[in-house]
Amino acid sequence: MSRLRLSLLCLSLATLSAAGCKKTQEAGAGQGLRIQDIGSDTMVNLAQAWAEAYAAVHPEVSVEVSGGGSGVGIAALINGTADIANASRQLEPAELERARQARREPIEHIVGFDGLAIYVHKNNPLEQISIEQLSQIYAENGKIDSWSELGVKVPGAKSDEIVRVSRQNNSGTYAYFREHVVGKKSDFKFGSLDMNGSKEVVELVGRTPGAIGYSGFGYATSAVKFLRVSKTKDGPGVLPSLQTVQDKSYPISRPMFMFTPPNPARHVTDYLSWITSGAGQKIVEATGYVPLSKG
Amino acid sequence: MTTFAETPFVRARKRNELFAKLVFGAMAALLVTPLLSIVAYLVIQGAPLLSLDFLVSNPSNGMRAGGIWSALLGTIYLVTLSLLIAAPIGVLAAVYLNEYAEDNWFTRVINLAVVNLAGVPSIVHALFGLGAFVLAAGIGRSVLAASLTLSIMTLPVIIASTKEALSSVPRAFREACWNVGATRWQTIRGIVLPNSVSGILTGVILQVSRSAGETAPVMFTGAIFFRPIPEGDPFAYSIFDQCMALSMHLFSVTTQVNGAPPALPYATAVVLLGTVLAVNATAIGLRVYLRSRKKW
Amino acid sequence: MEEDAIKVSPTSTELAEATPSGPEPPWRRRPLEAYAELALEWLIRLCGVSAILFVFGIFFFVFREGAGMLFGKLDLLRFLFTKEWYPTSLSNVRYGVLALIIGTGSVTVLAMAIAVPFGLGAAIFVSEFCSGRVKETLKIVIELLAAIPSVVWGFIGISVMNPLIQELFDASIGLNVLNGALLLALMSVPIMVSIGEDALKAVPDSHREAALALGSTRWQTIYRVLLPSAKNGLLAAVLLGVGRAVGETMAVLMATGHSLNIPRSVLDPVRTLTATIAAELGEASVGSDHYQVLFVIGILLFTITFFVNLAADLVVKGIKKQ
Repeated sequence: MSRLRLSLLCLSLATLSAAGCKKTQEAGAGQGLRIQDIGSDTMVNLAQAWAEAYAAVHPEVSVEVSGGGSGVGIAALINGTADIANASRQLEPAELERARQARREPIEHIVGFDGLAIYVHKNNPLEQISIEQLSQIYAENGKIDSWSELGVKVPGAKSDEIVRVSRQNNSGTYAYFREHVVGKKSDFKFGSLDMNGSKEVVELVGRTPGAIGYSGFGYATSAVKFLRVSKTKDGPGVLPSLQTVQDKSYPISRPMFMFTPPNPARHVTDYLSWITSGAGQKIVEATGYVPLSKG
Repeated sequence: MTTFAETPFVRARKRNELFAKLVFGAMAALLVTPLLSIVAYLVIQGAPLLSLDFLVSNPSNGMRAGGIWSALLGTIYLVTLSLLIAAPIGVLAAVYLNEYAEDNWFTRVINLAVVNLAGVPSIVHALFGLGAFVLAAGIGRSVLAASLTLSIMTLPVIIASTKEALSSVPRAFREACWNVGATRWQTIRGIVLPNSVSGILTGVILQVSRSAGETAPVMFTGAIFFRPIPEGDPFAYSIFDQCMALSMHLFSVTTQVNGAPPALPYATAVVLLGTVLAVNATAIGLRVYLRSRKKW
Repeated sequence: MEEDAIKVSPTSTELAEATPSGPEPPWRRRPLEAYAELALEWLIRLCGVSAILFVFGIFFFVFREGAGMLFGKLDLLRFLFTKEWYPTSLSNVRYGVLALIIGTGSVTVLAMAIAVPFGLGAAIFVSEFCSGRVKETLKIVIELLAAIPSVVWGFIGISVMNPLIQELFDASIGLNVLNGALLLALMSVPIMVSIGEDALKAVPDSHREAALALGSTRWQTIYRVLLPSAKNGLLAAVLLGVGRAVGETMAVLMATGHSLNIPRSVLDPVRTLTATIAAELGEASVGSDHYQVLFVIGILLFTITFFVNLAADLVVKGIKKQ
């Protein structure tokens, strides 16, 4: 009997120590330099592509990318858990205040641009839309609810109603769209479909003839098309492209930021200068965003 | 031998019987078909990408290509660690409830707590994990915090199944042991546990399958969008790191990753589903086998 | 009396009464072993109590994070009874969860409307019409159905059901109440089948035999004899299904369209309480009002599922007493 107990005790001890061992082993395995890169979901693909390419040239540095949103990244930067915060917007006053209090006022680096395209289903006859019309479609007190008010009838759509596809209310894309299209002091109209990712927006628009949505122009698929966007009702419409975003003729484009703490470590600054170099910017273009213009 | 001729009444009854069987059978069949058709559909759609290479290579090219290695390993870590935490606590808790606890209000409260723990929505577990482990305990978003969250979530599964296994050991076995002078613990260790180990194991395995598939609880406590790790190195994560997880990876490639081949999310779903179903089938197989061997 | 003899799971009080000698107390034996055993028994007790600790822990920590809003700035009436949910508005922040409650409610109700007949029908089929191999196989398949992770269901909702619903129901958008409810129905059916089957199994065979002997048809037996006598168990099965449906997160996040909306038909998109937490928690900065309100929603969910499960438990207990 007592031998049995002994063996059982040994077994439980072994399990425990195995668990303990695992911990120490694992902690030991992660040598080398690390960069915690947290933030915008819009930029997460790009950040991931950078991380991957950088791992090939600097294997000693491990870049860990996670999404969650611009707000998450900035918060993590302020409380010190992130080395780089990806953000598709600048800091909000409240965030800046918190950063000041924590004595971690972030340094801003522009790493590329994103053109926010207006997507509709490929069969939608509409070609052009103005910022004012978009605002009337999306804003809380906006007047436009149906395609006929825009003068089109969408083939295949089950009803005349415009299905508004938007993003969840704390994504950087949502905040940017609100500020520059819907109106700074306005809110979105009740009943939009708030997707969790840019890809989801485009896929849903591609499957839903009566839908309209906004997302980075790199997300285009064959099931959707871009609308020309004009600043005023009768102004010339511009399609989002590398060219038009870079020369700022496309009205809804935004810079993409990476924020670092006031005095970043050497390997972090190295990483950032690699990103803004030719090698890093090539990846920006390949991922469907707009690189910094040369010069 | 004479047989009774069927009267119209008997025929009507038989028809009625058959009809009832068909109606209820159709209802059951309607529940079974989704499982089969879903699995088949996912496999067909994911087939172009499914290979061993898919399992052991990291996601690459902005998660548009490559495999799922780091996510798969992350899930293995989460499951293993949560198992190491939940299994001992769960089994001992069940031992207490079945062998020690008296039938009083306190035991009823514990049982009620177990039932309610099982019913807490996974997103509330996520909130708890974030509030308790990530923030209050200061562990931060990590494999450890996520595993702790998962282990509390799956604890009731282990407790319930272990309790059932323990209570299926006949009371005569225990009495015989006591009568030769063994203490309560000696009886448990020498008689009760060895005779119920199969049932306990089944419950533990079911816990594994449940925690492998969970998304919400790990999303805020330790899972990460992307992290490259050395391919083929099983010790690539530390428990204080964040890790990728298969379930969250499926969510990401479905909602965020741009320009991936259409087969990629399907293949990821097949691996996740395949893992979970395989683990479950193992548990069920084990249960059926051991039940057939039981001598009492 | 005979039933007592074959009962296999006695409680310890029963054991103590039944065996006057009982197990030998540990302190009669050698001290070292006795202490080890005593320590172990305490460990076992501790683990036994842990479930209570965890439930309180969940309540405590979720409450702690949400308390600032719950007892401070949040106007509970406006919180519960207005539909505008604009937690990140720059001009007019509004926390109203009515639309979310209606979203959760509509998806749950429709899911149950689909799942209850099918779940109970399948339970009846498994318990009354099947035997042997067929029964075992069916039960295993249904158990496997329960194992499919919710994120996989959500993926199926987006990639399979979405176009299917658009096609079949001529809906303008395939991510809607119906889509979420179908997934939830499939997810909550297994628990209904297994609990429901248990309840039906508990109906004594003599009842069935008596009914048949009186010349009733299968239908009549099921409708007049089985359902009434198993009704508590079936109710518990339904309640557990409801609890599961209310708490489900990933599948509804992906499949219901995630749209703040008061649905006018089952083909309208909605947003649920759980999905809102999942979508917004990641980006709400820790300690902010928005973050705290999400925890208040967590408290709301916890409370709802707590009472649903409590009710199910009481119903089950009621059966055992009979």
